[in-house]
Amino acid sequence: MRNLKKWGPPFLLILPSLILIGVFVYGLIIVNFNTSLTDAHTAATSSGNAPTNYTGFSNYVELLSSDAFLFSLRNLLIFTLVFLCGTLLIGFVWAWLLDKPIKGEGIFRSIFLFPMAVSFVASGVVWKWLLSPIEGETATGLNRLFQMVGLDFLQNPWWSDVSVGIVAITIPAIWQLSGYIMALFLAGFRGIPDELREAARVDGASEWQLYKSIIFPQLSPVALSAIIIIGHMSLKSFDLIMSIANQSVYSTKVPAIDMYVFKTTYDYANSAAVGSILLVIVAVLVIPYLIHDTRQRRK
Amino acid sequence: MSTVTKKKTEERFSIGRTIRYVLLLLSVIFIFIPVYVLIVTSFKNGAEANPLHAWYLPESWVLDNWELAWKQLSAPILRTLQMVIPAALISSMLGSINGFVLSRWRFPYANLVFTLLLFGMFIPYQAVMVPLMKLVLGLNLPTGVPTLILIHVVYGIPITTLIFRNYYESVPNELIEAARVDGAGMLRTYWSVVLPISIPSFVVVIIWQFTSAWNDFLFALFFSTPVNGPVTLALNNLANGSILSNYGASMSGALLASLPTLIVYILLGKYFVGGLMSGSVKG
Repeated sequence: MRNLKKWGPPFLLILPSLILIGVFVYGLIIVNFNTSLTDAHTAATSSGNAPTNYTGFSNYVELLSSDAFLFSLRNLLIFTLVFLCGTLLIGFVWAWLLDKPIKGEGIFRSIFLFPMAVSFVASGVVWKWLLSPIEGETATGLNRLFQMVGLDFLQNPWWSDVSVGIVAITIPAIWQLSGYIMALFLAGFRGIPDELREAARVDGASEWQLYKSIIFPQLSPVALSAIIIIGHMSLKSFDLIMSIANQSVYSTKVPAIDMYVFKTTYDYANSAAVGSILLVIVAVLVIPYLIHDTRQRRK
Repeated sequence: MSTVTKKKTEERFSIGRTIRYVLLLLSVIFIFIPVYVLIVTSFKNGAEANPLHAWYLPESWVLDNWELAWKQLSAPILRTLQMVIPAALISSMLGSINGFVLSRWRFPYANLVFTLLLFGMFIPYQAVMVPLMKLVLGLNLPTGVPTLILIHVVYGIPITTLIFRNYYESVPNELIEAARVDGAGMLRTYWSVVLPISIPSFVVVIIWQFTSAWNDFLFALFFSTPVNGPVTLALNNLANGSILSNYGASMSGALLASLPTLIVYILLGKYFVGGLMSGSVKG
């Protein structure tokens, strides 16, 4: 009874949020999983006008054995790896360049960060042009620029290439998010006390040893959050691909696009199954991180 | 001797500094390439706004594209404001209350509850989209702005809670204790002590929510139509919808649709960076 009096009011205050998240996150995940086990593949079944039956995991089996969906998963893996490496590398270098005293630091920082404020749909309008797949005399976009400066050999079909086209989509993604990673790393650099660096220098550590033993270990929590942030964003990537290549282009297919395509044809069961697969992939990445984070917090 | 060493270090220093400036300037060019194309194309007339001329400056600067883009996008921009402002305000209010409770009034299993809330930030929305559509239909919610406000509020709760909780953790305990000793209850403490010192966090969270709701395309695509939807949907329609794309208008439209977030970012950029750095996460 005393406990109720003590914990009741705070619990009541956050109850609305808990209910909303309970329903809109956990509740809907369960309903989605349930739909993914049915044969709701047509407009009639999806709207409830025709009966649906449970078919177990058959949708998953079919998806995971279809070449088209495996291609989406492969694209997702490539996209995530290149996106991660690109933003981490560029973000780190920018932070490193700006960490030492330099004129106009604030201006550079704002310039690197500004693409973040822009939507993928808006930046997609211009990237669609820049990454135009037309080559040769009538080339446009970056291919045209390469031609103008005499670097014709750099011309390539960008996102329309079936095997590695997805890599082209990472260029705008990296353009947009590197500044964010820079901000995280810059905060990391600034968090390392100067005394620590000085002490290492006095002890005769070389620049490389200083980085290896002091700076990199101090930055590893930042790198971990950066990987989680970019990783989970990448797994959900949708806007950028839709605005550059559109849903019907095979070379840039990823699961989030498949999910939308299934939905537009009222194939709710497969749409839900793709959603669940994405959820599992994200969970594998994020749950260990959240557990790690909770443990740290308790300390 | 000492002057020689000094001179040497200065020299080395300036070479290193030159390299750094060169690298930074190259990065600035990388950032500005798309911006250049957007701006010059938005001022070109129909004949010049042609992909083959993308890299040249306009021979005659015209405003036609901007007029056309404004005609197409002014109503969606207004709708987006009507959606984004309440969504940002309500979700920051909820986040502030949650953050306060979770950092100061730890009830049993508060840590578990917090982690479960946080996971809501990471879920791919694709995993809730199909049932969410059915729920919206079942509740007979109107498509467009009202439904999108609800959605942005709900899925904004995890991130706003996280930012406020991190902020309140850093508030000295004595401040809260003093209020309690004075006999203030939880609500009173929140209202008179905590809320007034939360302004910096509110600024960060509101900018954050404003930007992410403004830039959202996924929910807009599922829960609105070009007639009642936000600006991202209208822009996508303008750029990819018509058979004969009007490049100039698309580019002006893209700039127009980015102006509000850019203005917020330029005016409040300092806080924006602060928010990014305070370990906040969102996708």
